[in-house]
Parts: sequence; C-alpha cells; structure tokens
Amino acid sequence: MPVQVLIPTPLQKFTNDEASVSLDAGSVDALIDALDGRYPGLKGRLCDEAGKLRRFLNVYVNSEDIRFLDNQATTLSDGDEVSIVPAVAGG
Amino acid sequence: MTVTLSRSTFTGLRCKECGHAYEAGARHVCEDVCFGPLEVVYDYDAIRSRVSRATIEAGPASIWRYREFLPIEGDPIDVGTGFTPLLKANNLARRLGLKSLYIKNDGVNMPTLSFKDRVVSVALTRARELGFKTVSCASTGNLANSTAAIAAHAGLECCVFIPSDLELGKVLGTLIYNPTLMAVHGNYDQVNRLCSEVANTYGWGFVNINLRPYYSEGSKTLGYEVIEQLGWELPDHIVAPLASGSLFTKIRKGFDEFIKCGLVEEKSVRFSGAQAEGCSPIAQAFAEGRDFITPVKPNTIAKSIAIGNPADGPYAIDIANRTGGTIAAVSDSEIIDGIKLLAETEGVFTETAGGTTIAVLKKLVEQGKINPEERTVAYITGNGLKTTEAVVDAIGKPYTIEAQLDSFNAAWQQAQASQSNG
Repeated sequence: MPVQVLIPTPLQKFTNDEASVSLDAGSVDALIDALDGRYPGLKGRLCDEAGKLRRFLNVYVNSEDIRFLDNQATTLSDGDEVSIVPAVAGG
Repeated sequence: MTVTLSRSTFTGLRCKECGHAYEAGARHVCEDVCFGPLEVVYDYDAIRSRVSRATIEAGPASIWRYREFLPIEGDPIDVGTGFTPLLKANNLARRLGLKSLYIKNDGVNMPTLSFKDRVVSVALTRARELGFKTVSCASTGNLANSTAAIAAHAGLECCVFIPSDLELGKVLGTLIYNPTLMAVHGNYDQVNRLCSEVANTYGWGFVNINLRPYYSEGSKTLGYEVIEQLGWELPDHIVAPLASGSLFTKIRKGFDEFIKCGLVEEKSVRFSGAQAEGCSPIAQAFAEGRDFITPVKPNTIAKSIAIGNPADGPYAIDIANRTGGTIAAVSDSEIIDGIKLLAETEGVFTETAGGTTIAVLKKLVEQGKINPEERTVAYITGNGLKTTEAVVDAIGKPYTIEAQLDSFNAAWQQAQASQSNG
C-alpha cells in the first residue's frame, strides 16, 4: 500500500534531498516508523521522546489536518498523499 | 583607512523552544532539533549603547525610528510605515464605563491601512538583503495588500496567495499593485500548507514562512509606539486581536525590550486577546485551561483573523495567563456592533478584526475583567473600507431627495423623528 510523503526542506537532508518519497504504511504512526526505518533518525526529529508528533509540526493526509481525523492513528490507503509541514505565522 | 561599522544589532536566530542557534538566513523553524519557531537574537548591550529616548525622538516618523531594535543590516525600505495615531477615546470610554482608554489606530497605517505594513516593511528589507528577487505570502487579505504594495515600491517580483472567498476590497487592494495573485479554493490554513510546499520548491522569500523571524519582529513597533505616545510610560492593560497569535507576543516583546534597555520604567501590563467565535481555537484552549491548540475550521465574517491553526497560539495563552489577562471570543453580530460602536463614538472605521477587539473590550468591561481605572489600550489593526460587505446591511440608508427645500424639509423631519424613536 504505497503512500506518497511530501518531505519539508529541513528534513530533506535525511532523504538524500528527495522532496517526495513513497512508502508502505497503514497508518500515520506506521508511516513514521517506516520513514525512520528507511532514514534512521527521522523519527527523532518528527516526534518527542514519547513518540508524539512535535507540537510545531502539522501533518496532513490528502490535505486534511490529522487532528481533524484520528491523529497519529489515522489510517492510510493506497495512493494517499501525506504532507509534513512546519507551523507558520500569518494573517 | 575607512572603517565601516555595521549598524546591525542582531547576531543570529535562535529556537524559541530549545535555544538551538542558527545563522541569520531565510529559515523559520528549528530544523536541527525540535521544529520550534526561530527568533532573532540581538546584542542588547549594543542597542543600549546607541539608543536613548532622545535618539528615538530624533528619528523618522515611521517604524524606522526604532531600527536598532529591528533585524536589518543596511538601509530600510521606508514607505512611511508606522507611527500611527494613539487616540484618547473619551467617548467610547464613557460609553463603556472606563476612565482611561486609548485606541492605537493602525487602520491608517501606510501604505495599505493595516498593521501588516509594519511586518512587511521589515520582511522585505531583509528579503532584499538576503538576495531574494521574488517575494510572496499566504494571506487572509491584509498581508497580501501590504506585500504587493511594498514589493512594488521596492522593485521586487511578487506572487501572493489568498483564500478565494475574500472580500472584494482586499482582492482589489492587492491586484492594483499588479502582482501575480493566486486565489486558492480553500481556507487560510490550506493556503498556508500550499505555500509551505511552494516555498520548499521555488526559492522565494515568503514573508510569513521562511522570512517569519524577521517579519514578526515588525509587530514589536506597536509596543514601542504606544510607550512613546503615552509619554514614555507603559499602559496597564492592552486588548489586541488574535489570529496566529504573533502580534500579541510581539507587542509584549516590544514592551519587554524597552524595559530591558532602560527606556521605560518597568511595571506589569495585562494582556487580553480577542477572537471571533467562528474561529476561536486560542480562546477555546484558554477557557479550557489547555496550553495546546486544537485546530478549527473557520466560519466567521472576521476573515482577516480567521486562522484555524494558529502557530503562536500556545505563546499567546501563556502571556495572557502570566499577565493576569484573558482571551475571549465574540459572535459575528457583536463584531458588527463593535465596528459601529467605534465609528459612532470615535470616528474610526475599522474592519472586522477591529470590531472583534472592540466587542471583546466591551465584554471584558461588562464581566469586570478590565478595571475602569486601568489605562487600557485597544489595538485597531485594519481599516473598515476594505470590508464594507461586513456592515452594509447593518447601517443606515441615505435619504434620497429632490433638489428642493420642501423635499429636504420633509426628509429632515423624517430623520428627526426616526432619531427620537431610535
């Protein structure tokens, strides 16, 4: 079940400068582990010691913030697009 | 030999969460450690050695009189931004039951009539220094106006992004400067997500993304100016609108820096924030005693502050808690009443964000959360002429008459009668 993950610039040093990677994962949690399996150390950047996504990171599945879905338990299907976006200011 | 001393007083960037240090480039998150937001680091000894009340008073009537406190190296882009009126609002004070109320009116800021001119003047000055040729932003309207205008003045290419449902005045007020304007199907948070991805790939200077540490510093000038305009004193209580929460935190930083540099005597200032009920993630978190934000999907006429996923929300909550302030939300109809109340009592026509601030001010007085004796400053951040749709159905209509005295007499009597009925 490959899903497409958009990697923000600051994390592309982990992914050999790839802005988008394809991985098999059934949930956001599983995706984070799969990313860390392929790019060791990445999970430590995305999550705190308890495995919770850092509060200044936003994760979207097909443009929907996972906090409107099932957070890190949000399930993923074949062809889903996941983006990881650091928080920004605005107005 | 000529020695050129750099006038810059900032030394780099630092993560607000973990303290990790970075060079002063175009970056906004702590990419090496925790993804926290980056802030500019200053050499306050250098600032103290160069700045006094007299040097500031001798400076230009713009935000650049405070340039030692702003993160630029060379000559600023000075379009006359800042030093807007601080109005003693006696009529509104009397109506609300306050003794000492001031309106900081950034609805007449230059060049685009909102406080965003402050942050954009700083961001584009820094963008030019960092070598960007194209500048951009994700905006709820005001930021797009300001970025397009100041980019035009500075000769920078400009491409800005807005939600496609914005008020006509805000769309027109961007297009007139002839940038490329992308109206995105989606709300502000979706626009922002898209822009983060564009910033990743296009190498543009996004004022609120990769230039954010510099951009947000511009809001500090709203703190400095109020101190100076109050005769170098701090107020007791401020009320400001909350969108991303950045403005709120930077007013506080402005107050703290003037204390730190000996420009104003220290005293505690209460910070209260205003949100619209239709987009109140910070007010909700505050009410529930949370220190984290649960994002919401905006549904309010106060589009300029409709940010469902506010990046600086946790910091705004912390400041309200630590200063004994509060964060409250008001309904769309209260916002319209707030716009009308400010216009009728003080002659200031603000947009929906300002209506939100005035409505929350009123609510906090009624709830006893603002002491009548407190010297209170309400921050009005935008101009009502940009969002006429919000009030068009809530105001009077003209009397249409013939060019004859009889016709006027009849209409005048009608007007008098309707006034005494009202």
